[in-house]
Amino acid sequence: MVGGPIAGVDPVAILAGRMGDTALVLGHRISEWCGLAPALEEDIALANTALDLIGQAKLWLDLAGAREGLGRDADGLAYLRDAWDFRNLLLVERPNGDFGDTILRQALFDGWHVQLLAGLRDSRDEQVAAIAAKASKEAAYHWQRSRETVIALGDGTEESHARMQAALVRAWPFVGEMFESDETDAALSSAGIAPAPATLSTSVMGAFEEMLAEATLRAPEVSRWQTGGRSGRMHTEHLGHMLSTMQWLQRAYPGCDW
Amino acid sequence: MSDEWPLWEVFVRGRHGLSHRHVGSLHAPDAETAIRNGRDVYTRRNEGVSIWVVEARHISATAPGDKGPLFEPSEDKVYRHPSFYDIPDDVGQM
Amino acid sequence: MYAQMVKSTGRGVKSPEEMTPEERAFQARIDADEKIEPRDWMPDGYRKNLIRQIGQHAHSEIVGQLPEGNWITRAPTLERKMILLAKVQDEAGHGLYLYAAAETLGVSRDAMTEDLLSGRMKYSSIFNYPTLTWADMGAVGWLVDGAAIMNQVPLQRTSYGPYARAMVRICKEESFHQRQGFDIMMKMAQGSPAQKRMAQDALNRFWYPSLMMFGPSDATSVHSAQSMAWRIKINSNDELRQKFVDQTVPQAEYLGLTVPDDGLAWNAEKGGYDFTEPDWEEFFAVLKGDGPCNAERLQARQKAWDDGAWVREGLLAHGRKRRAAGIAAQ
Repeated sequence: MVGGPIAGVDPVAILAGRMGDTALVLGHRISEWCGLAPALEEDIALANTALDLIGQAKLWLDLAGAREGLGRDADGLAYLRDAWDFRNLLLVERPNGDFGDTILRQALFDGWHVQLLAGLRDSRDEQVAAIAAKASKEAAYHWQRSRETVIALGDGTEESHARMQAALVRAWPFVGEMFESDETDAALSSAGIAPAPATLSTSVMGAFEEMLAEATLRAPEVSRWQTGGRSGRMHTEHLGHMLSTMQWLQRAYPGCDW
Repeated sequence: MSDEWPLWEVFVRGRHGLSHRHVGSLHAPDAETAIRNGRDVYTRRNEGVSIWVVEARHISATAPGDKGPLFEPSEDKVYRHPSFYDIPDDVGQM
Repeated sequence: MYAQMVKSTGRGVKSPEEMTPEERAFQARIDADEKIEPRDWMPDGYRKNLIRQIGQHAHSEIVGQLPEGNWITRAPTLERKMILLAKVQDEAGHGLYLYAAAETLGVSRDAMTEDLLSGRMKYSSIFNYPTLTWADMGAVGWLVDGAAIMNQVPLQRTSYGPYARAMVRICKEESFHQRQGFDIMMKMAQGSPAQKRMAQDALNRFWYPSLMMFGPSDATSVHSAQSMAWRIKINSNDELRQKFVDQTVPQAEYLGLTVPDDGLAWNAEKGGYDFTEPDWEEFFAVLKGDGPCNAERLQARQKAWDDGAWVREGLLAHGRKRRAAGIAAQ
C-alpha cells in the first residue's frame, strides 16, 4: 500500500486501506479495555464497538487486498506490514489513557466516521458502497453512545468534567487530519467514489461543537494539526508497540495456520 | 443516597408482532443509558427489535401470600374454556 | 466448580420433624420441583448460601475475563481476535446476569464487588493460573469451559428461579465457548511441530487445574448434603469430575495429545476411566490466595474498580441532574 496515487494503483485500494487501518487500530485499542472497564455494562458495550470495528476492518482490508492485486488478504495486511505502511488516522493509534481519553477519542472518531460513511454509501464503487452501508448502521449507534457519554461526563461531577477537559486538550490536535486531502482523495472524489475529506469539515466540526457545548467543554486553540497517519508521512511511537503486540504470533511462527 | 447506579428491568420484543418479554436486569445511571445498555447486554445475538426499561423500584407486584385468593378462584371456571362444550361434529367448524 | 467451596451455614439437613412448619412447606415445594421466587419465604440459610454461591459464580466470570483477555491483543488472526473478544465479552455478561440474580436476594452488586476485592468472597481457583501461549486459549475453552458447562447444565434446574433463569441464558450463550476452544486445539494439534508442542504443553498445564474446578470430594460433606436437599447443587463433585474425564479423554485422543496422567486407565467394570486425583494441597493453597496469579488478578480488578470510580460517579451525577431537570420541567 502506498501513500499517493501512483501509476497502476487502484485508488480504491488506498481508500479501503485507510478505512481498514483506522478501523483496525481503533478496534484493537478498544479491545484492550476488555475486562477492565468502569462498569460491567460499559465493558460489554466497549467490546461491541471493538467487534464492529474489527469486523469493518476485515471487510475494508479484504477489499484493499483484492484491489491491490498482490494476493494479500485482510490478515496478510493486518499482521505482516510494519508501522510505516499503515495509513490510519493518528488519532486512533494513541494509547487508551483513562476512560475519558478513550470515550472522547471514540466520539471524535465516530462523529467523523458517520458523516464519511454517509458519503461512501453513495459511492459509485459498489463494494465501497456496500461496506459503507453495513458500517454506517454500526457507526450511528457508536456515535450516539460515545456522544452521550462525553456529554454526561463533561456535565457530571467536577472531577469528571476536569478529566474530560484534559482529555479534549490532548486529543483535539489530531482532529485536523480527518479533513486533509491529497491527490488520491482528489481522484476518488472526481470519480464519485468517495467524498473529498475537506467537504466533511463543516458538518463534522458543527457536530463536535454541539457536543462540546452540551458537555460544557472547550476545544483548545490549535496552531498546527498533528497529521501524517493517513498519508504515511508520520506516525506516533505508539503504533509500533501496538503492532509488535498484535503481530507477534504471526511473526514468531510464520506461515502457520491458526 | 446510594452511589450505586439504579437497577433496571429490561423487556425485549423479540420479533415484530410479539409482546415485550422480561429478559433480565442491569444497572444504569439514567433511562436513556439503560436502554443503550439493554441493547448492548441483551441483544448481542440478534434477539430483539424493541426494548423497554423500567427502574426496578417502580414495579409493583402481587404478594406471594396472596397466591391462593388471587389465582385459585379461577381454577374451577372451566366453562370459560372452549373445550368445556360438546358440539356435535356435524355442526362443522366452530 | 465456579462456586467451589461454598460453606453452608446449616448443620446438615434437618429431618422433617426438626423443621418449623414454614421450613417443611418450603422443603415440600422444592421436593415438588417448584421454583422459589425472590419474594417467597425462604430459610435464612438458603438465602445466605445462595448469595455466596451465586456471588462466587459471578466473581469467577468477571475474574475469568482476565486470563483470556490476556490474549485478545495477541490473537493470531482477525477472526480469532473477534471470536475471543466475543467470548470474553460473554463472560462479562454472565457475571452481570448472575450478580442480578444475587441482587434479588437483597445484596447489592457494589457490595459483592467490595467483598471480592477485600478477599471476603472467593472465585474459582482455575483463574489463578497463567495463560502463557495461544494454545492456552484452546485449552481454556476446551477444558475450563467444558468443565463449567458440565456443572452449569444441571443448574438450569436449580430451585431458585432467578438463578435457574440466569443459567438457562448462560448455557445458551456458552454453547460456542467450548467449541471455539476445541477448534483452536484442532488447528494447533494438526499444525507445525511448534504448534503441536504448544498444544500438548497447554493440556499438561491445564489438566489438573481443570479437575480441581469440581472441588474436592464432597461425598461426606454436610454442606453439600444441605445444598443438594435445597437443590442449589444438583450433582456431587466426584460425579461431575468422573463425567468430565470420561468425556474429555477420547477428545484428547482425537487430537493426538496425551493426557498427563500415568494412572489413567479404562475401567470396564465401572464404565469409566480411573484417573489420578489432583494435588488437593495445591488446590487449597490457590484458593487461599497462594496461586501463581492470585495477586495479579485481584490487583487488576481493584485497579479497574478504582480507575472507574470517577466515571461511575460522573455518569450518575449527570443522570440525577437530568432527572431533576425533567421533574422541574413538568
